[in-house]
Amino acid sequence: MQLITNKKQDKKSMKKDNIKALLTLATTALLSGGAQAETPDEDSWEFDTAFLLYSEVDRVSAGEVILNATKTFQDEEILNLKLTVDALTGASANGAIAQPNVQTFSRPSGKGQYDVAAGETPLDDTFHDTRVQLNAQWTQPIASDYTASGGVHISKEYDYLSLGLNGNIAIDFNQKNTTLSIGASYFQDTFTPEGGIPKPFTSMLIGDGSVSWDDDDDDDYSQKPIGWAADFAQTRMGSEDNKTTTDLLLGFTQVINRQMIMQFNYSYSMVDGYLIDPFKIISVVNDGGLAQDNVYENRPDQRIKQSAYVQSMYHFDTTILDLSYRYMWDDWDIKSHTIDSRFRIPLGDGSYIQPHFRYYQQSAADFYAPYLMQSDFELQNKRPEFASADYRIGEMATYTLGLKYGMMVNNGHELSFRLEYYHQAPTDGGFDSPSVLASEELYPTIDAVIAQVTYSF
Amino acid sequence: MKKQTIVVLFVTILSSGCSSLGVEPWERDLLAKDEMSLSSSPVDNALDDHIYFSKEASSGGKGFGGGGCGCN
Repeated sequence: MQLITNKKQDKKSMKKDNIKALLTLATTALLSGGAQAETPDEDSWEFDTAFLLYSEVDRVSAGEVILNATKTFQDEEILNLKLTVDALTGASANGAIAQPNVQTFSRPSGKGQYDVAAGETPLDDTFHDTRVQLNAQWTQPIASDYTASGGVHISKEYDYLSLGLNGNIAIDFNQKNTTLSIGASYFQDTFTPEGGIPKPFTSMLIGDGSVSWDDDDDDDYSQKPIGWAADFAQTRMGSEDNKTTTDLLLGFTQVINRQMIMQFNYSYSMVDGYLIDPFKIISVVNDGGLAQDNVYENRPDQRIKQSAYVQSMYHFDTTILDLSYRYMWDDWDIKSHTIDSRFRIPLGDGSYIQPHFRYYQQSAADFYAPYLMQSDFELQNKRPEFASADYRIGEMATYTLGLKYGMMVNNGHELSFRLEYYHQAPTDGGFDSPSVLASEELYPTIDAVIAQVTYSF
Repeated sequence: MKKQTIVVLFVTILSSGCSSLGVEPWERDLLAKDEMSLSSSPVDNALDDHIYFSKEASSGGKGFGGGGCGCN
């Protein structure tokens, strides 16, 4: 009989791990007189370290390091600390469409411009960022069958700050075969993008990007931007903006039988504030499909997302199937289906392989458009209230295929390797391709490789 | 109609199903395994959540999906 202590804990898995802790307690109590029973390894730290490399063909590459530390105290109190550092660099789609001619765009900072060749999807290749994130989570029993958990989150990027709080209560009943949980989280994010916040639907300024200043000899000692800098400032409406995210999560976990456990979640998420991507533009085209202008995108300042999630873990004779499905819908009219599955095959000596398959499909936001027609855009009564050409809120299907190999090394430490392939296939969602756009690739696919090494000790 | 069916099903499972489901405490040998935990690889989950949050329009479901980075 295998007895496992509950050490791995993060804010997203606390409910499930609470159950694991309780299962462990129950098992420990049963076996307490037996010679095989191990006592949980109290008051010691357990660490998971991971390095992940994410690399898209011709686009973004990112490296991410996680250090996850968990300490379980005598009375089943659990402290979890997690440090995440990631760095990102490469090219990101700016939202404009491919054209039969060379296109020129300004950098988000307003300092410098770049050309995109004919027939190419416009990418801004100066995309880079470094992020540091810290999470702390405390979990403890508060009464018989009641477990509470609370945590804090801070994440800082060059141009972004996110602060978060979360809390959760789990209640066990039916001999701990059933667990109900309720949780909430709140995030306050501040965005300070390079170059400031663009005014929605204003034209991206193209021209002589050299910054000049009013440095005349009129003795007022003031330096006022003139020319380009002044014009660029006219397209901005501030240096920073905020958004808040409030999440509610209801969970229901049920042991089905000796080999199977299931989880049902419902989540409600309300996002308020600045939901625009300040780096994204949208092409304004004439009837022939030729771009006449590029304007900054505009999105609503609220989004309400809901999701239903079901997961099952099934233990066959030796293998384990982890299967989940999520249906998400929001008031932007995005609906998505996600199927995720992992199949763990033990190879003996504690090693295993685990194939992974994930399929995801989403419909487009109601204001998504790959481009805007000039004839509509220039008429106030026909101009859409919101528009974004960000393919990530357009119609799309993606899949992930992966394989993980894990092995036990000295003293029961686990070393694992994961290699995955991720494919994104945006689709047209019923939009026409007028004239010249018919021969352009408006919905390019994206391929990425994910490689990860994890060491747990 | 579809939503009503789901709600009825959910309530039925809650009210009647649970009492006949489940195991006795001595039958938890398999369920107690680390790899049978609903979040058996929290680090993998955290990394995956970050990737898909940045590249797709959905997040959360398994856990909280909000905030955290300027990647979306």
